[in-house]
Amino acid sequence: MIHDQLIRAATQILIDHVDELTALDQAIGDGDHGLNMRRGALAIQSKYDELAAQSLNDALKTMGMTCMSTIGGSSGPVFGTLLVTLGKELPAEPQAADLARALDASIKALTRLGKAEVGQKTLLDVLEPVRMLLTTSSEQGAALVARVRQCAFDSAEATAQMDATRGRSSFLGDRALGHVDPGSRSMALIIGAICDVLLAAR
Amino acid sequence: MKKLINHVDTVLAESLHGFAAAHADIVTLDPGLQFVRRRTLKRGKVALISGGGSGHEPLHTGFIGHGMLDAACPGQVFTSPTPDQMLAAAHEVETGGGVLFIVKNYSGDMMNFQMAAEMLERDNETVIINDDVAVENSTYTTGRRGVAGTMIVERIVGAAAERGDGLAALKALGDAVNKSTASMGVALTSCTVPAAGGPTFQMGAEEMEMGVGIHGEPGRRRVKLTSADDIAAELTGAVLKDLSLKRGQEVVLLVNGFGGTPLMELYVMTHAANKVLAAAGIKPVRVLTGSYVTSLEMAGCSITVNAVDAAMLALWDDPVHTAALRWRM
Repeated sequence: MIHDQLIRAATQILIDHVDELTALDQAIGDGDHGLNMRRGALAIQSKYDELAAQSLNDALKTMGMTCMSTIGGSSGPVFGTLLVTLGKELPAEPQAADLARALDASIKALTRLGKAEVGQKTLLDVLEPVRMLLTTSSEQGAALVARVRQCAFDSAEATAQMDATRGRSSFLGDRALGHVDPGSRSMALIIGAICDVLLAAR
Repeated sequence: MKKLINHVDTVLAESLHGFAAAHADIVTLDPGLQFVRRRTLKRGKVALISGGGSGHEPLHTGFIGHGMLDAACPGQVFTSPTPDQMLAAAHEVETGGGVLFIVKNYSGDMMNFQMAAEMLERDNETVIINDDVAVENSTYTTGRRGVAGTMIVERIVGAAAERGDGLAALKALGDAVNKSTASMGVALTSCTVPAAGGPTFQMGAEEMEMGVGIHGEPGRRRVKLTSADDIAAELTGAVLKDLSLKRGQEVVLLVNGFGGTPLMELYVMTHAANKVLAAAGIKPVRVLTGSYVTSLEMAGCSITVNAVDAAMLALWDDPVHTAALRWRM
């Protein structure tokens, strides 16, 4: 099992990028996203031994509940619901198609929770392209993992243009344009860290 | 960053301990710091629970007490509290009448309170506050933001709960007060979240942010600073336009400081807002000036107008005894 490595990498990447996430959030929000994600990541790391002993499904659920009770803000319920849903939906040894199905269920759960849709500059704009890729790609193995990694980073980057096209937050004018959504960037960092562990394990 | 703190990680906990010590006659602090509650509960009364990110003091903990809240859940600075906090508070202060949650309309608060409401196995309702007329769909909100009007809802609904109104009636009253309340604010400086270490946004020495949110979020536009009369005219004008009141309407006027503006200037703004109301034929039957819903040390203020009928006004006037608001007892 490598899920203990995945957990370590996915949380550490958030801690290492706290300043970048803070700066992104200061540009268009209240500046607390990096600190909130770091708090959640540290809380998960403090349960590392417990998580490493759990099955993948139970570890995902434990991490989800930890996010909900420590992060606060919108990120707590959002990342918490994502992890709990993945924990419920994934089989013990997930393949790409299983992950696509579990992501579909997660996206539906997040849409209900946050009343947001794809295209509104949220982490759904990273999850949905990744789900699509997993569903449609003919590639497998390391090639697919590398492609997912790229897709996540590109999709997060693309949220920078979403205010202008959607007209959402139009009051921000050109102050919002060009700024990546902090939650999407966090999501991409997590997916990227997971992909890096998977690639290194091959 | 220049602040009276020990360490950024202990600011909230130490502030809560200090608050509890300063107001030990009114409140007690949960040992796990999940919530602050009213020292003496009234059996069978609907429990009013609010909460939100910290940094807006005295909101919400300063409004715990007779005639207002039963408990408040403080989140980290500008960050919603978590569902387990609301559940812990509800289990502590619910005494048979059910729970009314009062929630400001921010995505984070909405999600966390909604999760708590779904998990709570007792009767509960939620009143959502969205009085800020400045913007729709801001960065962290779908719809309008909840700002200083929150304290007006907490006061009027709190008085109704105190006299024994039931959960459904309080929910309806809260929604009605929210609907008849509108606010808009202006910032002259930014604020600094302790853990962030630097200002939330940059603003020129001669600039102001018109329509700013209570976390320093952007408002309608960034413009050159003008006179108090001009600012009051724009803020009050936007609020009156939103409420579309008839001449002769009685209102509660709240001129709320954001934390970094002295009372002297808030009174200048109160005088200025009064002139705007007079010109529009609106009667401010009650006027409240002070820093009640703040944004850390941000300079600036908001103007809130609450259109009242006789019943709401009577509730506003009922006895209240909290850390930040007290009259007739």
